[in-house]
Amino acid sequence: MPKKNKKIYLDYAATTPVDPRVLKAMLPYFSVKFGNTMSLHSFGQEAKAALEESRAIVADLINAKPNEIIFTSSATESNNLALKGVAFANKNKGRHIIISQIEHACVRETAKWLETQGFEVTRIKVDEYGLVSSEDVKKAIKKETILVSIIHASNEIGTIQPIEEIGRICKERGVYFHTDAVQSLGKIPIDVTKMNIDLLTASSHKMYGPKGAACLFVREGVKIEPILHGGGHEFGLRSSTVNVAAIVGFAKACEICKKEMKKEAERLTKLRDKLIKGVLEKIPGSRLNGHPKMRLPNNANFSFKGVEGEAIVIQLDLLGIAGSTGSACASAKLEPSPILLAIGLKPEQAHGSLRLTLGRWTKEKDIEYVLKVLPKVIKNLRKISPFKKTWRE
Amino acid sequence: MERVGLYTKKVIEHFQNPHNMGKIKNPDGVGKVGNIVCGDVMWLYIKIGKDKEGREIINDIKFETYGCVAAIATSSVITDLVKGKPLEEALEFDRKEIIKELGGLPPVKIHCSVLATDALYEAIYDYLKKKKRKIPKKLLKAHQRIEKEKKEIEERYKEWIKLEEKMHQE
Repeated sequence: MPKKNKKIYLDYAATTPVDPRVLKAMLPYFSVKFGNTMSLHSFGQEAKAALEESRAIVADLINAKPNEIIFTSSATESNNLALKGVAFANKNKGRHIIISQIEHACVRETAKWLETQGFEVTRIKVDEYGLVSSEDVKKAIKKETILVSIIHASNEIGTIQPIEEIGRICKERGVYFHTDAVQSLGKIPIDVTKMNIDLLTASSHKMYGPKGAACLFVREGVKIEPILHGGGHEFGLRSSTVNVAAIVGFAKACEICKKEMKKEAERLTKLRDKLIKGVLEKIPGSRLNGHPKMRLPNNANFSFKGVEGEAIVIQLDLLGIAGSTGSACASAKLEPSPILLAIGLKPEQAHGSLRLTLGRWTKEKDIEYVLKVLPKVIKNLRKISPFKKTWRE
Repeated sequence: MERVGLYTKKVIEHFQNPHNMGKIKNPDGVGKVGNIVCGDVMWLYIKIGKDKEGREIINDIKFETYGCVAAIATSSVITDLVKGKPLEEALEFDRKEIIKELGGLPPVKIHCSVLATDALYEAIYDYLKKKKRKIPKKLLKAHQRIEKEKKEIEERYKEWIKLEEKMHQE
């Protein structure tokens, strides 16, 4: 964390603390520059200017034009807008949508709902590392296909998809291509022009900005319907009074990421690899989930035989380390992570999963502490488990 | 009750220092159950003795659990609650006692207390069956239900269970 904090936060994929520089940029927009962007007076125009400046900054990070950025309240909203908006605007062309098996729930569930509205959804399988094959996408595209939506980098296992390749295929076939870049933006370079991306989702709170701000990049000319109707904000695509303070924070977060991304990615990759190597060496019966190389600089995801993930997470929390798990025991639905099952993990492997995601305030000594205590945590839980020996086989 | 995040302090205490953890050599009864909902597995061992009045009691009880915090804590608590109790009383054990003792469980974790209670029923069933004794109707019914649910879990962990059982015998 920015301030000194004894606890080690390794759940940056869930959310991030607001960078102090971001917070500083936001503060005036709560009480001094508080205007409504739609007001004609100076208060409103001041807010409007901040909104447009923010739009330009966010656009710059992905090499888009400012008028292609639609601000929303969350990535869930952006993904809903992308899928539903494109589906309803293009239903006369076709009713077929392609997604992957490892999309975030807000894409999976939106696609599932669209099926109840007369759309057809194809879910592309992934390999053991969680990779989508661009060939599979190519084969799945048909005359009625209107949209392909593939997550850029997995929130759970960190696998980075070949989206440039998929973008090229979609362009050739005249199909819109959307990518959920919530986990990747600000961590690895994204160029919507070079990658032939038509729509892209990004979220502020995953990149050291505040919660409550996100965006959908919509390439000029893409046919899309709004899901929120009203006063016509955001080029008529997202009516709602604009959350200026959060958006200013989002833009500041983008600006910082642009400046620091390269160095930070190198730093985190080193720490990530130290963590992965250490865990696999020190803990028998452990495996890395996701791709060894094609993965986010900050993501490590493991499975441990014979132990359950929620117990690992709670025990780590008691030792001052915050992580997460794809175990059924930790989900509201009591089902193992569909992403871990999609990469071919057996339910018991998903049961013993642990995700540690690093970030801006992760230090080498934090990783060393994890490597010191995690083997003991696993060992102790295995003592309790009836499957205490099997993992040796 | 005081809480530590998701759970009560009592749950965390049992989770971090489980009571009666491990296995019993040559147990009189073993209950092996799995939760088909979440995938947790619990093995419970009992040793039967007699009290002064000559009633059969649970002399010793131990558990091994593969599961979440709540599964481990409920296992630990049930062993505390029934240790030294006459078999007849243990047969009437109500899982609400576990929840009460732990100061509550999150609603999504209530099923963990079912798992612990089932393991106890199964261990007693195993004992009575080995002794070729009459199985009380209620226990038989519970056993039939648990057996049905267990099949799915055993399918899931087939290889592990086979190997582990072999190693336990060695």
